[in-house]
Amino acid sequence: MGMTLTEKIIANAAGRDSVKAGENVWVDVNVLMTHDVCGPGTIGIFKDKFGADAKVFDKENVVIIPDHYIFTEDKRALRNIDILTDFAKEQDIPNYYQPGTDNYMGVCHVTLPEKGHVRPGEIILGTDSHTCTHGALGAFATGIGNTDAAFTMGTGRTWLKIPETIKFVLNGKLPKTMMAKDLILHMIGEIGFSGATYCAMEFEGPVIDELSIEERMTICNMAIEAGGKNGVIAADAKVEAYVKERTDVPYTLFKADADADYKDVYEINCSELEPTVAIPSAPDKRKGVSEIAGTDLTRAYIGSCTGGKTEDFAAAAEIMYGQKVAMDTFVVPSTTFVEKDLNTLKFKDKTYMEIFLEAGCRIGPPGCAACLGGPEDTFGRTHAEEIVVSTTNRNFPGRMGSMQAKVYLASPYVAAASALTGVITKPDSYLED
Amino acid sequence: MNTIIKGKAFVLGDNIDTDQIIPAKYLSYDPSNPEEKKYFGKFALFGVPEGESGYPGGDIRYVSEGFESDYNIIIAGENFGCGSSREHAPFALAEAGAEIVVAQSFARIYFRNSVNGGYLVPSETPVKINEEIATGEEIEINLDNNKLKNLTSGKEYDLNPLGDIKAIMEAGDVFKYAKQMGE
Repeated sequence: MGMTLTEKIIANAAGRDSVKAGENVWVDVNVLMTHDVCGPGTIGIFKDKFGADAKVFDKENVVIIPDHYIFTEDKRALRNIDILTDFAKEQDIPNYYQPGTDNYMGVCHVTLPEKGHVRPGEIILGTDSHTCTHGALGAFATGIGNTDAAFTMGTGRTWLKIPETIKFVLNGKLPKTMMAKDLILHMIGEIGFSGATYCAMEFEGPVIDELSIEERMTICNMAIEAGGKNGVIAADAKVEAYVKERTDVPYTLFKADADADYKDVYEINCSELEPTVAIPSAPDKRKGVSEIAGTDLTRAYIGSCTGGKTEDFAAAAEIMYGQKVAMDTFVVPSTTFVEKDLNTLKFKDKTYMEIFLEAGCRIGPPGCAACLGGPEDTFGRTHAEEIVVSTTNRNFPGRMGSMQAKVYLASPYVAAASALTGVITKPDSYLED
Repeated sequence: MNTIIKGKAFVLGDNIDTDQIIPAKYLSYDPSNPEEKKYFGKFALFGVPEGESGYPGGDIRYVSEGFESDYNIIIAGENFGCGSSREHAPFALAEAGAEIVVAQSFARIYFRNSVNGGYLVPSETPVKINEEIATGEEIEINLDNNKLKNLTSGKEYDLNPLGDIKAIMEAGDVFKYAKQMGE
């Protein structure tokens, strides 16, 4: 019996010829990422277990990216960033993206690939559940907690249970009004909120081949919203070009065997789909946009690791060009890199930034902002009964701050079109043929 | 690890996510500071919506006052701990005095955090039991023979064996386990 893509990557990291789903193996970890929410706790456990003078396993590959508690006045939140700054200095960590300096980047899941820290075939662990984003580059990437991260920080190792794999084959052609966000919301709806618990989600097919790296990241990012351990797409020439532009670290390409054993295989004809929205308050509450078009909203939010990348804003700018928003609309670039793109890339004769400002959007500084609620003064955070259409990845009760707020998850096309009307809106008529 | 756990049940529904277990706004307390650490207990399960906190009534706070709960056994449905990777979730429950969560299924990262940090036992049941137990009922759990007994109603249920994780829980946490394994 052959191996799935996830089994191949883990077997290699375990120094084994083969592994089977269900086994526990110890593996070498390539990259450990931590951020300002879980970094201080991780560092505390690391010091406690390995000693006050302990050194991290590999200072090049412990990457520290503050992103959640950025641009708040909250003292306890800011203290977390101070702890990271002290630790990075003490350990002489070169890849620390410190707020308030030219090195600051923003959201960890977008920064990691942008700065060349993700290579195909690697094992990437991060103290954030959306670390699964990096499967888009053909790596095994998953979220872990503080204790796991502290152990890896000291040893460069971890134990992994080999997950069963669910394969999604995306056939047909993606309609022009649809984006990767619609596809992953459709797939989560298909298998349910916990449909991939303890499993890998492997994506392939002609529609995946056509998608850009950023769009593939959106798909893998939300594997966790179906309970997945990781999402993964075999690296192709597009991934290789992206990676080689950013790093010269060598890597290995893996592919699933033709006779690999899958728990389930879903074949999806994308030509038949329409833009998809998750209604409050779970990512698997799937509706076609035409089913709920006209639903009242009070706010739009375009940002996050899932919906705040350059191509997400390119989509929103195309819709908003020459238009005015009908309600509060927040635009938050995920990284300083993306922010730069907003000011330089154009749709027709205007930069994306000009389009958003002329439309009346409120533009925030790069970071996670309101995606997870956070301190009271966080940009775009909900405080009352707001009804939000958002390009973020999670819409649990209270996720964006207020327990009374309701969040609809949608693509940048749908979020932008809805921002213009104040109700859930099909993007079709705002897109040129 | 205690293999016999006795106490009062606190009953929840399906899909209890990590924002419900410990909302993001409380994550910036410092767990290594003994005074601040207590607040994780105080705010454990603070994000569970009204009407869903402590079935069947659903209007009970897990920690009503102070920093610790009256309930050391949590009974839930499917997909407990879904959402974020925050280890603060099992930590907060343990800080409030929870010793075990019995659910039909767990989200992977929450499950792993419970075990690797040595906080509390994640125990799976083959059947949905959260509709048959009421908050406040007296429960006895035996992890040696994988049985849960509702002392109030007299009903007994099977638990799935802990399997691979038992060795880690018995060692105490992943650091002690790795040492035993020669890692």
